[in-house]
Amino acid sequence: MQKITRDQLIEKAASLLGNGTVSCVLGWEKGEFDYDVTPALFETESELREKFVFGDFCGANLSKYLVSKTRKCEGRILVFLKPCDTYSFNQLLTEHRFDREKAYVVGIPCEGMADIERVKELCGDGISSVTADGDELVVTTLYDDEPVRVKAESVLAERCVNCKSKKHVAYDELIGEDGEVLSSARFDEVARLEAMTPDERFAFWQNELSKCIRCNACRNVCPACTCERCVFDNPSSGVENKAAANSFEEKMFHIIRAFHVAGRCTDCGECSRVCPQNIPLHLLNRKFIKDIDDFYGEYQAGAEVGSRAPLVNYTFDDLEPGEVFERGGQDA
Amino acid sequence: MRKCSLESIDRVFAAINADASLYLPVDGDDGKAVYTKWEDGVKWSGALNTVRSPKSFFFPQMEDLVQFRTEGKTIEVIDPRKESEDFVVFGVRACDAKSFEVLDRVFLVDPVDSYYASRREHGVIVTVACTRPVETCFCKTFGIDPAEPAGDVSVWKTDSELFWQSNTEKGEKLLEKLADLTEECTDEAVAAQKEKINSVMSRLPLADLKADAFGAGKTMKFFDAPEWDELSESCIACGTCTYVCPTCQCYDIKDFNTGNGVIRFRCWDSCMYSEFTKMSAGQPRLTQKERFRQRFMHKLVYYPEKNGGLFSCVGCGRCLSRCPISMNIVKVMKTIGGKADE
Amino acid sequence: MQVKEYKPLIVAFCCNWCSYAGADLAGNNRLSYPADVKIIRVPCSCRVNPMFVLRAFQRGADGVIICGCHPGDCHYTSGNYYTRRRMALLFSMLDYLGIERDRTRLEWVSAAEGAKFAATMNDFVEKVTALGENKRLEDLRCKK
Repeated sequence: MQKITRDQLIEKAASLLGNGTVSCVLGWEKGEFDYDVTPALFETESELREKFVFGDFCGANLSKYLVSKTRKCEGRILVFLKPCDTYSFNQLLTEHRFDREKAYVVGIPCEGMADIERVKELCGDGISSVTADGDELVVTTLYDDEPVRVKAESVLAERCVNCKSKKHVAYDELIGEDGEVLSSARFDEVARLEAMTPDERFAFWQNELSKCIRCNACRNVCPACTCERCVFDNPSSGVENKAAANSFEEKMFHIIRAFHVAGRCTDCGECSRVCPQNIPLHLLNRKFIKDIDDFYGEYQAGAEVGSRAPLVNYTFDDLEPGEVFERGGQDA
Repeated sequence: MRKCSLESIDRVFAAINADASLYLPVDGDDGKAVYTKWEDGVKWSGALNTVRSPKSFFFPQMEDLVQFRTEGKTIEVIDPRKESEDFVVFGVRACDAKSFEVLDRVFLVDPVDSYYASRREHGVIVTVACTRPVETCFCKTFGIDPAEPAGDVSVWKTDSELFWQSNTEKGEKLLEKLADLTEECTDEAVAAQKEKINSVMSRLPLADLKADAFGAGKTMKFFDAPEWDELSESCIACGTCTYVCPTCQCYDIKDFNTGNGVIRFRCWDSCMYSEFTKMSAGQPRLTQKERFRQRFMHKLVYYPEKNGGLFSCVGCGRCLSRCPISMNIVKVMKTIGGKADE
Repeated sequence: MQVKEYKPLIVAFCCNWCSYAGADLAGNNRLSYPADVKIIRVPCSCRVNPMFVLRAFQRGADGVIICGCHPGDCHYTSGNYYTRRRMALLFSMLDYLGIERDRTRLEWVSAAEGAKFAATMNDFVEKVTALGENKRLEDLRCKK
């Protein structure tokens, strides 16, 4: 469960609203159930007290909303950012997507967010309530008389199991203590795929990508995807499509989506979180991150504002594409 | 009414599949149910419902309408339609069964959509009454009874048996084929099963949700409601809600240049997309608020207005569990509908 | 019945300042390379967007090769350095998805290297011919 409480955040937001530092607050609003949290903009203290929520289901990364909200709102916007969200925040600043002065970042610690799908796997469906109690979640369902208790760490989202950093790389103010950059096992799954035979890899991705319904949720939620108009939405681009006609178009969309954020993707994991078909999209993004680390030296997008992304950079002795394959792995 | 034991289900499936392709929900590798073609060894999923709705059997996400092929100075016009195969969709829930009625009123009115009509004609729908509704279910709001599903054949599942009842001529024919595998029975067990379902339905968190505030003639009442701003505030403009929805029926028609001709196809479109219904004069709905409003007004007001009060939401709950930001029709109904009454 | 010999379709994106002229030189010197190579002239190898490569496959290419100036010789100073990183990542991603490695290549060919151009194309065509038709990145609609 989270170490900081909803009340702490409301007090902080209320005082900043009260003294005029900020004019509105970007946070999470409670939903119909205990887990369907919606990102929302709050303008008054009473709104905050009525609807604001913070807990194990506040996984949504709020940084991308700053692009549109800073254009819309007068004054500064308070935004609550978890450590991984601050990387996206920095990356957006690097790309000049909004004015730093218009955002007031309150960094909040994160103990990892729960994935409701995993809760349902362990506790059954028909969830009527989920509440945190110590390091456990207490889950009641429509079909069990007794509540089920599960360890919070057993229902963590994949991206939180492989958390890359508990350190805030940007903030104006911090609640609680800052953490450290972690050494995670986030590339293990990529390495496992790389070790497969090409036929297995092909079958794996063919199967995963065939589930795609082209809802564009992965693209639209991505803090690195902030083009005003996407090439896939532009009828004059020649590649615009609203649905994939065949497996080629499925692959094209996902290769290009991942390629376009290569070197800019902070690995926040929002793409996989929102995918209605549970396609492990982060494995495409992480492949690029892993390759970039291997070929050009370690690089973490968003770690600092203004750093030069690997794809808009070069050295005279970069490796040749042909040498990539000399490093190993099996050819098809 | 006829019945068969659950153990004999594979033989029943085989019998159905002998004359027509059988599709049914099967658990995928990620544990989510997907409609899959039956073959020996394929197991019927116990899941409440599939992530993607069965509307794609009749209205696929993408289909070719016509193909033009050029060779020199000649143009050949090819109709890609093959005579549709006969098929049976088994395991459709009451909500999804109702969605076919919603779609029929769009595609089967004059001018009839022959692509849809042909699939409708060739398909037999076998519904199964729900046994385990979940928190996101709200079909009762739209007058759908999950214990009494429509379709050509309705099936009730108990712990050990399946009960079959035909509702149409097509369904009658299907049951005739299964005569050897099923036996005549009374409907007592089914009545008990219905009772059981209804008792769960009343315990659902959305059991009290009412759609009375909405319907025909309410356009002016809701169109300018100030709440749309707040509701659409965090919408990321993806098409998840539209594409998992069993009743969304908008599509786009486009040409694909194959290099030696053109394939004219249609594919699902979403009113959440900025290019939706774009015309030479531009986009009719310029902001996400307008696009967001369109989706819900269409389901709750515009569609009922044209279709005798029938709502084009069936309460299946897919959008509730799939929306990336958890904004959905229930929240819209509670916010807009509730306030309008005050 | 005679089986028709398989001839691959190769798309070669050639930089205007070097390999395109290299191809010209190969022609002037009467060096032969297969006619299956279709050259698309680009102002710089860096003009080649990953989408171009995928689109070439979609439209029926069995192999895609990009030719640019030798590192250090770019007409625009540094374009080919960016190409090198971009294509290293793209080719690695295609490999990750199970696409055959020999279907893509990046090669540096200067305007003076007519012989290298012809040799490169001969070698590339041979490798792609060995792989056969592109099945993993094909769009059947374009083959009807």
